[in-house]
Amino acid sequence: MSNQGAGALIDATVRPRRLARIFSRDHTVIAKQFFAMSIFFLFAGGLLALFVRWQLGFPGSAVPVPFNFLMTRTMAPGGVIAPDAFNGMFTLHATFMVYFAVLPMLVGALPNFVLPLQIGSPRMAFPTLGMLSFWLSLLGGLLMIATYFVDGGPASTGWTAYAPLAAVSHYTGSSAGQNLWILSLAILGIGLILGAANQVVTIVNHRAPGLTMFRLPLTVWSFLVTGLLVLLALPVITAAVGMLLMDRTLGTSFFVPAGLSVSGSPLAGYAGGGQPLLWQHLFWFFGHPVVYIMILPGMGVVSDVLAVFARKPLFGYRAMIYSTFAIAGLGWLVWGHHMFQSGMNPLLGTTFMASTMAIAIPSGVKVFGWLATLWRGQIRFGLPMLFALAFLLTFTVGGLSGIFMASTPVDAFIHDTYFIVGHIHYVLFGGSLFAIFAAIAYWFPKATGRMLGERLGRLHFWLTLAAFNCTFFPMHILGIGGHMRRIYDPTVYAFLRDLQPVNTFITISAITLGFAQLLLVANIFLSLKNGRRAEPNPWRAATLEWTLPSPPGDGAFAVVPEVHRWPYDYSLPNAIEDYLPQTSLHVNGTGTGTDS
Amino acid sequence: MRARLSILRSRLHSVGRWAAPPAFAVLLLLAAGTRAGAGPVADSSSHGHRWWLPAASTAVAGRIDSLFILILWITSAFLVLVVALFVAFVIRYRHREGRRAAHVTGNMLLEIVWMAVPAACLIAIAYASNGAWSAMKEEFPRESESLVIIVKPRQFQWDVVYAGADGRFETADDITAINRLDVPAGRNVIVKLMAQDVIHSFFVPQFRMKQDAVPGMTTEMWFNVPAPGTFEIACAELCGLGHYRMQGRLIVHAPAEYDAWYAGRLREKAAESANAR
Repeated sequence: MSNQGAGALIDATVRPRRLARIFSRDHTVIAKQFFAMSIFFLFAGGLLALFVRWQLGFPGSAVPVPFNFLMTRTMAPGGVIAPDAFNGMFTLHATFMVYFAVLPMLVGALPNFVLPLQIGSPRMAFPTLGMLSFWLSLLGGLLMIATYFVDGGPASTGWTAYAPLAAVSHYTGSSAGQNLWILSLAILGIGLILGAANQVVTIVNHRAPGLTMFRLPLTVWSFLVTGLLVLLALPVITAAVGMLLMDRTLGTSFFVPAGLSVSGSPLAGYAGGGQPLLWQHLFWFFGHPVVYIMILPGMGVVSDVLAVFARKPLFGYRAMIYSTFAIAGLGWLVWGHHMFQSGMNPLLGTTFMASTMAIAIPSGVKVFGWLATLWRGQIRFGLPMLFALAFLLTFTVGGLSGIFMASTPVDAFIHDTYFIVGHIHYVLFGGSLFAIFAAIAYWFPKATGRMLGERLGRLHFWLTLAAFNCTFFPMHILGIGGHMRRIYDPTVYAFLRDLQPVNTFITISAITLGFAQLLLVANIFLSLKNGRRAEPNPWRAATLEWTLPSPPGDGAFAVVPEVHRWPYDYSLPNAIEDYLPQTSLHVNGTGTGTDS
Repeated sequence: MRARLSILRSRLHSVGRWAAPPAFAVLLLLAAGTRAGAGPVADSSSHGHRWWLPAASTAVAGRIDSLFILILWITSAFLVLVVALFVAFVIRYRHREGRRAAHVTGNMLLEIVWMAVPAACLIAIAYASNGAWSAMKEEFPRESESLVIIVKPRQFQWDVVYAGADGRFETADDITAINRLDVPAGRNVIVKLMAQDVIHSFFVPQFRMKQDAVPGMTTEMWFNVPAPGTFEIACAELCGLGHYRMQGRLIVHAPAEYDAWYAGRLREKAAESANAR
C-alpha cells in the first residue's frame, strides 16, 4: 500500500517532465520528431508504390509477399491486388509522399533544425507553434493511416481528388476513407501553416546582429520564400477540402452539377448548380505552388552545398535570390497548365502556356548558376556533394521535360500519361528527395556529432542514382507510347501491349530503388552508434552553424554571434584559409572581404 | 599514393556520374530509332513504332508530332549543353592539392545571356504551339458541314448518340451505341462530350487528342481521319475502380461503307420503333 503510494508520488513528479520532453517546444527535438515522421511516411509511401508497380509490371499475378494485413478483406483476393485496392494505393502513395513525407521534411524537420543555427538564434520565434505544428501534422498522418482500416478502404480518387468523383460517395467504394482523407489534410494544413508562420517570423526577427538579409545563405532565403508560399497556399486547400467534405456529408453542391446519374439512375440528395472545374481551379491554385514548396528548399540546400564543396562563392548570389522569388511569384500564375484539356476556355490555355514558359527562365538561371559555381572550383566529392550534383542533373531533366507539357498541343497527347509521372518524379524524387539526402548527409554531423558513413553512403548514392534513372526515365517512353496514368491493367489496351516489357523493367528497377533506401536507414543507425566523431566544422563551411560544437547542445548561441560578412567567402585570394566564417572580422588583418 | 588513389577514385566516380544521363539519352534515341514494326498485329493503323509515338492518324496529330520533335530537339540541346559543361567542370575542377578555387561571385553578361537564350527558345516554342492549339481548339469546322456525334460517358462505358433521320438530337429516332463509334474517313467529325456522372476523358492516342468530359457542361473535340482504320478509345481521367477497362472502339469506314452502315442503323431504328408501336 505504502509502496504504491510512493510509486504514484514519483510518477506524479516525473510525468510532467516526461510529457514536456515528448511535447517538446525545443526546435531541435521538433526537428527530430518531424524527421522520424517524414522517414516513416517515406517508407510507407514507397511500399505502396512498390505494390502499384507490382500490379503494373506483372498484371494480375499475386504479390509475392503477404500483405493482406495492410488492408481490408476484399482488396486482395488470393494475393492479387484488386482494382479498388490499386486505386487506393496510388492515391495514398502520392498523399503520403507529398503531404506527409516531403512537406514535413522541408517545412518541418529541415527549417526547425537548420534555420535558427544558420541565423545565429538560440531558438525559433514561436516554440509553442512549432510544437503544435508537429503534433497536428502527426495527427493528420495517423488519421491518414487510419483510412486503410475503415470500411470501404482508403480514398481512391488520386491525390488530386477530382470532383464529382471525390465529392459524391456513390462514385467510389470508399466513403469514410475519403472523409478521413479530407479531415487529415485539413489538420495537416493547419499544422504546416503554424510551422510556416514560425519559420517566416524567425527569419525576419531573429537574425544575429550584422546578419542582414543579403548576408543570408540561400537555404535561409528558400525557407523564407517557402514559408510565405505555405502561408498563402495551404489555406486554399484547407478551405477547398472543407467544401469537398460538405459536398460529401451535408449535401451541399459546391462541385456537383445538376442532372448527375449513378449507374443509370438519377443521383438523389444533391441540389446541383456546382461546378466540377471549380475544384480543379482551387486544387491547382494550391497544387502548383505546393510543387514549388517542395522544390525551393532543395534548391537552397543544393546552392549552399555546391558552394561549400566547390570552395567557391555561389555564382550570382543576387540572381539566385531573385530567381527564387520569381519562381515563387510566377508559381501562382501557372496552375491552369494542369487543366489544358479540362474543358477550360482554350484561350486561357494560351495564357497559362505563356506563364508556364516564363517560369522556365528563372529555373534556367538556377541551373546555369549552379554550373558556373562549379566552374574554376576545387570540387570535393563528399557525400552531400554527390547528391547535390545528382540533383543538378536530374532536376535539369525534370525541368526540361516540363516544357513538353507547357506546350498546349503536345499536352493534349501526353497529359495524364506516364510522361507526366516520369516528369513529376524527376522533380520530386530526383529533385526534392535528392536534396533531402544531400541535406541529411550535410547536417548529420551537426545534428548528431557523428559523421554519416561514407562507404555505405556512397553505395546508397550510386544504387539510388542508377535505380532512380532506370525507374523513372523509361516512364517517359511509356508516356510517349500513350500509356495512361492511374490504370490498373495496361494489357487491356492493344496499343499498350508492346510497352509491357518497359513496365516490367520499371517495376524491377523500382523494387531495387526501394530496397536501396534501406541502406540510408542502416547508415543512419550505424553512424549514430559507430560513426566517426564530427568536428565542429567538418566541411570547412562559412555559415554560422559550423561555429558551434557538433552537436550544438543546449547552449547554442548563448553568446550571440556577430556577423561580418556574407556566407560565401570561399577562396578569397588574400586569405590564408580557403574560407572565412561569417563571424570573422578580418581577412588576415587586411580589411574586410567582399560582400556580394 | 593515397592522394593518387583518391584522385583516381574521384575520377571514376565522376565518370560514373556523368555516364548515367547520356546513357539514358542514348536509350531514348535508340527508342526513337527502333522501328520494330507492328509484329503480328492485323491492324496497322493502330500501331506505330514500338516504343515510340503511335502512328499519327490525323493531320492535327502530325502537327502535334512535329511540335513534339521540335521541343525534343531544343530540350535535348540544352541537356547536352548542361551535361557537357557538368562533365567538363567536374573533371577539370576536381580538388587537387596546392590549387585554389577562383573567387568569382558572378558575371552580369553571362547571366543576361542565359536568360535571353532560353527565353528566345521558349517564345519560339510558345509561338509554334499556339498555331496548332488554335487549329485544335478554336478553329472548329462548321457543324452544318460536319458529322456531329454526342458521346455521353459514364462509369464505365461510352454511350454514343447519333442524330437519327430527322438530323436532330434528343428525339425518338436517335441512334445509340455503346463503346463503339463509327465515323466516315475524310470527313470532319465533331464529338460533343457530356459526362453523366464523373469526369472522364476521351483519348485516342493515334489522334494525339484527349478531351475531358465534364458533367454539367458540354466539351467538344473534332478530328478528320483521312484513311479507314480501327482505333481504341481510352478513358484518360481517373473515373473510379473500372477506369482502366473503360474502353471503346472507334471505327473509321470508307465513306460509302459508312453511308451503308448508317442507312442500316436508320432502318433498324425505324423497325424498332414500328415494333414498339
